[in-house]
Amino acid sequence: MGSLLRIILQRLALGLLTLLIVSAVIFGAVNLLPGDFAQAVLGQSATPEAVAAIRTQLGLDQPLLLRYADWLWDAARGDLGVSFAQANFASFTGRVDPSATVAAQIAPRFANTMFLAGVTAVFAVPLAVGLGILAALWRDTPFDKGANIATLSSISSPEFFVAYILILLLAVVNPVFPSLSSIFPGMSFGERLEKTVLPALTLTLVVTAHMMRMTRAAILNLMAQPYIEMARLKGMRPLHVILRHALPNALAPIVNVVALNLAYLVTGVVVVEVVFVYPGIGQLFVDSVKLRDIPVVQACCLIFAAAYILLNLTADILSIVSNPRLRHPK
Amino acid sequence: MSGWLWTLLALAGLAALAFAGRAGARLATGGAPRFRDMGFGEAFGWALAGAAVAGGVWLWLLPGAVYFRWAVTGFALCAVAAFLFRILGRHVGPEPTKRLFRQMPLTAAFGILAILVYAIVAIFAGWIAPHGQEAVLGAANIVPGGDPAMGGNPDFPLGTDRIGRDILSRLIYGAQNTVGLAFATTLLAFVLGGSLGLLAAVVGGWLDQVLSRGVDVLMAIPSLIFALLLLTIASVWAEGARGLLTFYMVLIIAVIDSTRVFRLARAVGIGIVVMDYVEAAKLRGEGMGHLVFREILPNATAPLLAEFGLRFCFVFLTIASLSFLGVGIQPPLADWGTMVRDLAQFINFAAFAPMVALAPLLPALAIAILTVGVNFVVDWMLHRSSGLKS
Repeated sequence: MGSLLRIILQRLALGLLTLLIVSAVIFGAVNLLPGDFAQAVLGQSATPEAVAAIRTQLGLDQPLLLRYADWLWDAARGDLGVSFAQANFASFTGRVDPSATVAAQIAPRFANTMFLAGVTAVFAVPLAVGLGILAALWRDTPFDKGANIATLSSISSPEFFVAYILILLLAVVNPVFPSLSSIFPGMSFGERLEKTVLPALTLTLVVTAHMMRMTRAAILNLMAQPYIEMARLKGMRPLHVILRHALPNALAPIVNVVALNLAYLVTGVVVVEVVFVYPGIGQLFVDSVKLRDIPVVQACCLIFAAAYILLNLTADILSIVSNPRLRHPK
Repeated sequence: MSGWLWTLLALAGLAALAFAGRAGARLATGGAPRFRDMGFGEAFGWALAGAAVAGGVWLWLLPGAVYFRWAVTGFALCAVAAFLFRILGRHVGPEPTKRLFRQMPLTAAFGILAILVYAIVAIFAGWIAPHGQEAVLGAANIVPGGDPAMGGNPDFPLGTDRIGRDILSRLIYGAQNTVGLAFATTLLAFVLGGSLGLLAAVVGGWLDQVLSRGVDVLMAIPSLIFALLLLTIASVWAEGARGLLTFYMVLIIAVIDSTRVFRLARAVGIGIVVMDYVEAAKLRGEGMGHLVFREILPNATAPLLAEFGLRFCFVFLTIASLSFLGVGIQPPLADWGTMVRDLAQFINFAAFAPMVALAPLLPALAIAILTVGVNFVVDWMLHRSSGLKS
């Protein structure tokens, strides 16, 4: 048990280190900008007051390393700075509205995105694992071949294609669900769920395909093992062979697959949120990219990267915990 | 909640149908081994398949299900085209390709056909397209289908967009721009990632460490997010010059994707470096260039080629997504992602004229068919080279 704890702590430290380096990359990338950063972003038409406000806001007169340390320290405490749009505004009114910082802007949208990802996961994970087991059980039957073609097509289609087909079928031709996810604070859970159905369904279709293929591959990988053959030879029924002997051993790869696909959700969410005008963090990110609002872009990027690293780390740790062979490395 | 209830009821009905059907077949055939030894799972599968077929027929006959009929027709046409193409390949051409076509599954034949068609359209776009990609033709918002009674115009078979550009021409030019740029990006990513990866494998030591750790860091950021961050910076750099921004986008995606190529090239290269013939070449005193390009690269082509197909799909989808978000390929060029975004609102009128929905869906479909095709071919190649049977 002691060694297991040590491995997990090691991984955690490694993940933290990765996050630190990634934050440095994100910070450094923005500082690739030539000359006066504030002037370059705001353009020639910006008022000198706005440029000055941003310059003090970002402390552009300080050395690079100090600025990075400041930014990181503030971010760790939840202070992600003030967006350019806000700094521009503040230069006229002369004060910064505390409810309009990047953190205040991101927090509710982050919760919305988590809700979307959560709903998707609740639908997608059982569906994908179940279908993957069935495909492995009925391999090389028409079901398996049909599933192969369907999943491959679903993986290869861009998210917005799936999204628009769902809008066309379920919102326009048969008005079952709303095509725009207008979510307000203070909405009841049922209403929120109804508005989230179409984006969640889109993500489910894309993610399920990935997960199902990997689950099938993980189980089939094991089916050639001698103990599976033994179980089959002693007259066990095929479903029992899979559930009793193959599945427990395939658990590590499957858990890994699930976590990796949840990490994939992090990026998939961006396009889907834009299609359905879902007020999540991905939409804010894309809007800020278009507005070149660098503090917001930096903050969103950091959050996405952190979520991605965290999920990958979880996959790593779970696969160690569930696999005795990895738990006691030679 | 009633939805769940109906699903459960339908499942129970199917189970009953499977049980009754199996029992009936046993009775009718007098307990033939085919039915006597049939598990309940298989019977349920048959019942499910029967229900699916019945549901499909019912949908086909439903007058309102236009899109379902289109989808089934389109799918059938694709299958027939692939089948005919495979027959053609089996009888025309040199002996090796004939043999290749003989073992080919239908999906792979479809993929090769799709790639060929896209390549031809992309190369000859200037000759095929009836109008220029930027030409504003005066008649805006024409409905696809060319039927004047429905708001169409035979001169523009797929209609025109909000400012009156011909959608068919833009689709054809889109093949040139979107596919061409994606291909160039992938090529760049391969030159960069492949050569660095093989170099890291050959040289090893600190160079390998530095490159590999750098790649690890870049891969820890989700690629679409990283691309969006770098594009923000590039857009400040480009100062509104749209051509330049497209060029930066190609560079950015190439660099981000080269990290994935680097990983594979290094892994494959390390396996080859320890071979005796590489040792012999080293002892002969061959230079680094000879080692990488003459000894290792030819032996690493098969996995790298398969990776090229998959990487192309990723790059293509990334570029399409970025364009869809409005930060990828920039406006005067026709491209599929941007077209989907611009035409998306037409979908809201689909209840009145089904054809209208085609306008935004066709560019998206064009993206999907190419990636599906490439994936089918790569799937088949991997299956062949690994000799996997399951």
